[in-house]
Amino acid sequence: MWDHEIRAMVSTHAIIAASIVVATVVPAALVPDFSIYGTHLVWLYSVSGAVVAVSVAIFWLLGISPPTRKHSLGYKLSRLFRSCLYFFLSCLFFHTVVVLYGAPLIDSALETFSLAVLLSSLTTVRCLCVLGPNVQAWIRVFSRHGAMSVWDTCLQIMVALTVLGAWMGAFPIPLDWEKPWQVWPISCSLGAMLGYLSGLVVAPMWIHYNRKQLTYKCK
Amino acid sequence: MEVRSSVFASWILIFQVLGAVLFLRGFFPEHVNSSPFKSNLTDLPAEPLPGGCLNSSYIPQPLFKKVIIMLIDAMRADFVFGASGQLNMPYTTHLMLSPSTLSFVAKARTPTVTAPRLKALTTGNIPVYIDVLMNLNSPAVLDDNLIWQANTAGKKIIFYGDCTWLHLFPDQFMEYDGIDGPVSDFREVDNNVTRHLDSTLKRDDWDILILHYLGIDHIGHSFGPHSYFLQTKLSEMDDVLKKIHSALNSKEAGKSFPYLLVLCGDHGMSNTGSHGGSSEGEINTPLLLISPVFKRKAPMKKPDEIDQVDLSPTLALSLGLPISQSSVGCVIPGVFEGASLRDQLRYLQLNGHQLSCLLKEKFPDYRKDTKLEEYHLAEKAHGRWMKLYLERNTSEALAYIGKKVMKQYLEALSTMSSALRIQLNKDDLYSMIFGLVLVLQPLLALILAMPEALSGSVAVDLVTSALFSLPFYLLCLLLASTHVLVCTSADVSCYFCSVSWSFVFGIIAFISASTCFLLSLMTRKLPLGAKLNGTSLLKQISSRKWSKLDILLLAGTASHILSLGSVSFIEEEHQIWYFLLTTLYFIVFQDVCAKYFRKENGPIEEDEYELLYKEHPKEEIYAEKWLALATPVFLLVCCRLLRSLNQTGVQWAHLPDLATWLNSAEHKVVLSLLSTFCLVLIYFLVQRWCSLVSKVALALGLLSIYCYRAAVGSLFPWQHCCLNKSKGILEARFVYVLVFSILFMGTKNMIQSQINIANAKSKNRGLWEIYSGLVLLFSLLFRAHNLLVLCCCLLIQTLMAQFIWKKLHYDAVQITIIHYWLGQAFYYFQGNSNSISTIDISIWSIGFDTYAEVPAIILTALNTYAGPLLWACHLVCFLSSKKNSFLLHSSSVAVGHGCYFWALLRSMTAAAYIVVATGMRHHPWTWSVFYPKLLYEAMHLLIITGASLIFNAVE
Repeated sequence: MWDHEIRAMVSTHAIIAASIVVATVVPAALVPDFSIYGTHLVWLYSVSGAVVAVSVAIFWLLGISPPTRKHSLGYKLSRLFRSCLYFFLSCLFFHTVVVLYGAPLIDSALETFSLAVLLSSLTTVRCLCVLGPNVQAWIRVFSRHGAMSVWDTCLQIMVALTVLGAWMGAFPIPLDWEKPWQVWPISCSLGAMLGYLSGLVVAPMWIHYNRKQLTYKCK
Repeated sequence: MEVRSSVFASWILIFQVLGAVLFLRGFFPEHVNSSPFKSNLTDLPAEPLPGGCLNSSYIPQPLFKKVIIMLIDAMRADFVFGASGQLNMPYTTHLMLSPSTLSFVAKARTPTVTAPRLKALTTGNIPVYIDVLMNLNSPAVLDDNLIWQANTAGKKIIFYGDCTWLHLFPDQFMEYDGIDGPVSDFREVDNNVTRHLDSTLKRDDWDILILHYLGIDHIGHSFGPHSYFLQTKLSEMDDVLKKIHSALNSKEAGKSFPYLLVLCGDHGMSNTGSHGGSSEGEINTPLLLISPVFKRKAPMKKPDEIDQVDLSPTLALSLGLPISQSSVGCVIPGVFEGASLRDQLRYLQLNGHQLSCLLKEKFPDYRKDTKLEEYHLAEKAHGRWMKLYLERNTSEALAYIGKKVMKQYLEALSTMSSALRIQLNKDDLYSMIFGLVLVLQPLLALILAMPEALSGSVAVDLVTSALFSLPFYLLCLLLASTHVLVCTSADVSCYFCSVSWSFVFGIIAFISASTCFLLSLMTRKLPLGAKLNGTSLLKQISSRKWSKLDILLLAGTASHILSLGSVSFIEEEHQIWYFLLTTLYFIVFQDVCAKYFRKENGPIEEDEYELLYKEHPKEEIYAEKWLALATPVFLLVCCRLLRSLNQTGVQWAHLPDLATWLNSAEHKVVLSLLSTFCLVLIYFLVQRWCSLVSKVALALGLLSIYCYRAAVGSLFPWQHCCLNKSKGILEARFVYVLVFSILFMGTKNMIQSQINIANAKSKNRGLWEIYSGLVLLFSLLFRAHNLLVLCCCLLIQTLMAQFIWKKLHYDAVQITIIHYWLGQAFYYFQGNSNSISTIDISIWSIGFDTYAEVPAIILTALNTYAGPLLWACHLVCFLSSKKNSFLLHSSSVAVGHGCYFWALLRSMTAAAYIVVATGMRHHPWTWSVFYPKLLYEAMHLLIITGASLIFNAVE
């Protein structure tokens, strides 16, 4: 039914996954002593940057984002500004959530905030690309039976898996194995990353196998 | 026979407690009194000499004439060696630099509580773990010990200090003054020791003087290791040491008078000021040996680490006494450096001989052992050296060979002693299996009877006919014969065989009966299951609409039970509860959002919404909406705050927390303001449900709690010296009276409702009054900063009841699980952990001026399990209140479901833990992690059983 869209989704996800791999490999050549554990924050920001850039580019090219009524430059600029604002707010939101979960308030605030940036660029950026800076639409998509297209369903799955991955990533922290990846926030950001990657795979597959059950209301 | 499900659950819990007790008896190795024999001077080995004859049982002259042991309870190594030592104990620091002082860090073993540690110091062996329970009620030491040896040798011993010594060593002291003050008092206890010093030091009729100072321990328990009081106490101890040292020195000036002054601690202090566990601070104690005999050549450096048990053989040898028979320590080499080489070797030989005897006794097949080989070699070398020595060979070679022999001896000693220190856990598998069966069977019954108990009828059908069936008698016979077989077989010594026969038979009968009951339950369920097929059960499960909350509650409970299998998750169990709780709040938040923002979703809900609009004015709805939305956010912030109030666990326990900040001397005003605020808030949150009389009692009670805290010295109008002699005992007793009166009123109301059934409202009020009585009791028992925990607990209960449970139509089971989780989380918020050291044992002094065992145990248990108890009590009150028309069933059904589920959760955790402990009983961490956790679980089970019994009795 939506073969075309699913195919587009698969190729998009393949590109994003490839960009994540590239963002992991390239700094190894540029930054001395680069490793995911040792220079975790470098890896984290490079991956976030890559995901943001690639997502924005692809979704802009695909033209999935909702059609804008006006085409004036001012309107576009204000949309851009609002998107940036939302991104920043979502970073703050994730930071607060992580602190509420028990991250230290003052010590290692930079690490916590970096995790929040990663989570935002994995989830919020996609929301911004698919739905635009429109809170009403966001609430609609994330309430029950709110998806109105394949992309909405995909978004739901991706966000849920990413957050779940970060959540699961917190479990090994109290273990006394003294492994390098147990340092805050490595396990959580790796968990989020793994969740995101599995989302990239799972979402098209899930939609493909459940395409009979999926019915969307018209817009 | 139909039984109400709450009654059924409490019966099940009783049997589980029995099982747990049986299991514990089997699990903890009982102390085997090695032998009643005591070492004697005449059994000492001859000095090794090939073919020699003269003076073979030579014993060196005692090194010291007088020994003064100054034992400071809860003295941590860094109080002396760290920065605070330099600041607060200048004289001691000065002494440490002089060559006549040897300083060590003595490692204490877990459990780091006083009585086992004193035993270790005097007998030189390692007491078994269960001694921690005997800490408060210490029987006399029957093993061979230093004090007995000294007494037998005619030494005169004087003792001043903690009266535990007098219980441990009755009639051993020439002169004594046992002191036992309330924990809140830390001045009198020490003054009572110090006041004897001047006269005693002038006298000359004693040989050993033991001083046991309690003040630092008391300060630690009440104020923690960073308090201002501790600093002044340390400098007081410094002054005492100076006094003793200068008195001894001035005496020595007259005549030759070698003395030994020992400064040591029995155990350390954790960063919260408590002890019992195995953290760095708790096991490291200072040991200073001061004597003019010592001529330390090497400059002062970092103190060496030794074991606490090494002190006993060292003291024994240096006093010319035989080493106590069960001692596993080896002598501290530095002490004997002043003696001649011959004496030094003789000392080492004596120690080695004693250790080898002990080894032979413990491992009868020692001949195959290589551990003794080293010692025998050293002894032979010693013999050769003696020969040279007796030939008056005074060359350099003699000294060189002597040094070599000494080294050989020391190595042999350390091998033997470390072999002896490994505790042999002879576990009593037979009792453990019975206990395990007794715990697991009721759990299975609970699970199998769940569909019945959670139905509308809330009753479980007990098949009494099973009691008279053939399988029952057969099983009884089988088990009884197994029991006889096991117990009569030769070399088994187990607890279960030593209990009375009627008890054993009762347990056997119960096990067979419950097996029959389980079988009948299963046969009743199975045909049903077969008819519907396995798949239909799955379908039934999948057809039920699982909300996110259900999934979280299920997965969370399961993951907690799974996490019990990991040592570090047991140590950091609080992290799991906090994590799950935060997630729970986020899901609740999402539910609330879904409820209030779903306007545009479905037509049905819209109608409901409009109905609401018609009933209430619009502003009220709006206010309610925003309040409901703010509730989960507030709760999240609240939990985050509480989490940083008390750091618990092991890995991060050392991090500074709010409690430390609040309890430091400069923040007394903040703490006072905070606790005033909390007390006022507690009053307003609790008084709503009470009758007028209870309200007045509650207000008076809370007021006098403040007075009590002020009198004790932790809150603002703060008496600097002992103006207030009563120590708040009067105030605390007044609160107890008020608590009892509120509890009495509550019970009266409940009994009234039993008499005239129509008056169901008074029953509910009775329940709430009992609840408020408990709150009053806990606010007395909690430390001042923990009033914040209590206050938050009440606030969360009120808010959740008001905006979440009632509004979101949660059912009784969901509410029960949420209550259980919150109960667990509050247990840790309060500062508890799975290590013994966090138990606040200073509770007994609230309202009592002398130690009374029964109230002390009850109060300590209540204080420790305050969180789970408060939430269980709130659950019952909340479910039984009539106003909750939102519940599917009537309130009595809901209460039945709640109790049943709570019991199920508790027994599931306890049973899972007992299974894990059985599997891991040879794990190296057993002592520090599994034992305390097992004790905690058993105690928790007992408390919940007690609560459910009381509840059922009142009903």
